[in-house]
Amino acid sequence: MLKVDEINVFYGTIQALRGISFEVNEGEIVTLIGANGAGKTTTLRTISGLMRPKTGSISFLGQNLLKCDASRIVEMGLCHVPEGRRIFANLTVMENLEMGAYTRKDTKNLKADYDIVFHRFPRLKERIKQIGGTLSGGEQQMLAMGRALMARPKLLVLDEPSMGLAPLFVSEIFSIIKDINKAGTTVLLVEQNANMALSIANRAYVIETGRISLSGDAKELAASSEVRKAYLGGK
Amino acid sequence: MINLKNRAFNILTLTLVSTVIFVILLILQYFKVISEYTGLLLTLAGIYVIVSLSLNLITGFTGQLSLGHAGFMCVGAYTTAIAIIKYGMPIPIALILGGIMTALFGLAIGIPTLRLRGDYLAITTLGFGEIIRVIIVNLDSLTGGAAGLKGIPTFSNTGDFIIDAIIRFSWVYIIMILVIAVIHNLINSSQGRAIISIREDDIASTSMGVNVAYYKVYAFTLSAFIAGVGGGLYAIFFGYLNPAMFGWLNSVNFVVIVVLGGMGSITGTIIAAVVFTYLQEWLRVFADFRLVIFGLALIILMIFWPKGLMGNKELSITGFIRQLRSGEFSPRQIKTKWNEFRQKKGRKKDGRAD
Repeated sequence: MLKVDEINVFYGTIQALRGISFEVNEGEIVTLIGANGAGKTTTLRTISGLMRPKTGSISFLGQNLLKCDASRIVEMGLCHVPEGRRIFANLTVMENLEMGAYTRKDTKNLKADYDIVFHRFPRLKERIKQIGGTLSGGEQQMLAMGRALMARPKLLVLDEPSMGLAPLFVSEIFSIIKDINKAGTTVLLVEQNANMALSIANRAYVIETGRISLSGDAKELAASSEVRKAYLGGK
Repeated sequence: MINLKNRAFNILTLTLVSTVIFVILLILQYFKVISEYTGLLLTLAGIYVIVSLSLNLITGFTGQLSLGHAGFMCVGAYTTAIAIIKYGMPIPIALILGGIMTALFGLAIGIPTLRLRGDYLAITTLGFGEIIRVIIVNLDSLTGGAAGLKGIPTFSNTGDFIIDAIIRFSWVYIIMILVIAVIHNLINSSQGRAIISIREDDIASTSMGVNVAYYKVYAFTLSAFIAGVGGGLYAIFFGYLNPAMFGWLNSVNFVVIVVLGGMGSITGTIIAAVVFTYLQEWLRVFADFRLVIFGLALIILMIFWPKGLMGNKELSITGFIRQLRSGEFSPRQIKTKWNEFRQKKGRKKDGRAD
C-alpha cells in the first residue's frame, strides 16, 4: 500500500534520515519505534508531504507521493494525525470534526460518518459544543483521531498518540486504534511507548539515528533481547 | 448543516434590516435631523468599516498581521482617481479597476511573503506601504507628487447640498453592505472554515488537506481588493489625494480598529470602526491631548476586554429573532435567568470557588 524507498531527508545541512526504506501492506498495523531524535516524526512528515526528501521515493497505492502536495495526499486517503494532537483549540468539537471532512466531496454521507466517530468516541458526543482547547489531553487525542477519521482515510498515520496521556487513557487509545484497524483502516503508528506499540502491531521497524536498524514481526521483536534491552527496559 | 429554510430566513431578515437602517439614515439626513457634519462622519465611518473588514479578513480570520493596509488603500485611491480624471471612466468601473489593481499588488506581495508570519510579515507589509507612498511621491507626472492630486469629481453634482450628501452616503453604504455580505458568506462557507483553520494551526490544517498556501494568498488578494475599493471611495469622498494621507500610522489605525472590535468578528469590526471615527472627531475638543486620551482609552479597553469588544463572537440579529420566537425572552425566562445571575454573583462575592 505504502512503499518508502531509500529516502534521505535534511534539515538544512543536517541529515535526519539516512536511506530509510519500509512498507505498509493493506490491513496491517505497522509501527516505527525508536528513541528521541531517531527520525520517527521526520519520516511521517515526509510521507504526508510536509517535508520533502532529497533523494529516494515514496509511493502510495501505486502513485508517486513526491509529485503530490500535502492537500492532494489527504485526498488520496492518507491522513496524518500530527504529533502533539494539534486540534483547533478555538473551534468547537463539532467544528474540528467538520474540518476533518474538509476534503470530502460526498457531503451526503457525512452524517453517517459523524455517527461512526461519535459511536467510537462517546466522550466527543457529550462535548460536541465545547471548545477544543478546553478538553483534557486524552479527549484532545480522541478528537484528533476522530477528525482524521472524518476524512475516511485508507491509511491512518498516527504520531505518538500516547504522548502526555495518563496510563488509563493510553490503553483506551490503543484499543481504539485496534478497533479502527479491524474496521478496515490500515494504520502506521509511531511511538515511544514501544511496549504498547509492539503489543498491537503486526510488524515493526526500529529506527536509530536516521536508519532502520531492525525490522520484523512485532511479537518477535518484542521478544528479541536487543529490543528489550534498548527500548523495553528489560535485560 | 444549515437547511434551506433557515438560510432563506437569514438572507431575508438581513436584507430587510440593512434596508430599514439605510432608509432611516437617509430620512434622518434628508430632514436634517442628523447634521450634515454627522452625515459626513457616517459616510467616512462606512469607508473605515470597509477597509477594516478587509484587514480583519487576513488578520482576524487568517491570522496574518498586516501593517500595510494604508498602502493598499493608497493604490486603490490613486488608481480610481486617475481612472476618473485622466480617462473619464464612470465611478463603478473606476472603483472596480482600483480594486483589481490593488489585488494585483496584494498578489505580488502575498506570494513571496507566504512563509512569513507574525512580526516578520508585519514588518514586510509595513515596508510595502512605505514603498508605495514613496513611489507615488516620485511619480509626479501621474500622481501630482507630494503636492497631491486635485480635482477628483465627487459622486454627484446636483447643486443641492443635501441630495449630494445623500447620494455620497448611499454609495458608501451600499458598497459596505456588499462587502459585509461577501465576507460573511466567505467565512461561513467551507472555504471560510479552511481559512480559520489556518489561523488556528496551519500544520493541522495541512494535514486535514487544506491547501494553506492557496488560501493564504486568496485571503490576502481578496483583502487587498476590498481595501482598494475602500481607497477608491476615500479618494472620491475627499476629492483630493495626498501621499501623506496614507502614512503607516493609518495602517496602525486599522489594526487598532480590528483589535478593538475583536479579531475574527465582523460585527465587532463594524462597531469599532464607527466608534473609532466618532471618537477621533469628538476628542478634537482636547486639541493636543487628543492622542493621549485616545491611547489611554485603548489601554483601559485592552486591560478589561483583552479580546476586543466582541472577541470572535458575532452580534446576530437573526439569532436574536429566533430566541424571541422560541420564548427565550418571555418574562418568566428572564426572571429565572436573572435569579441564576444573582446567585452566581453572590457566590463570587463570598469568594468561594463554585
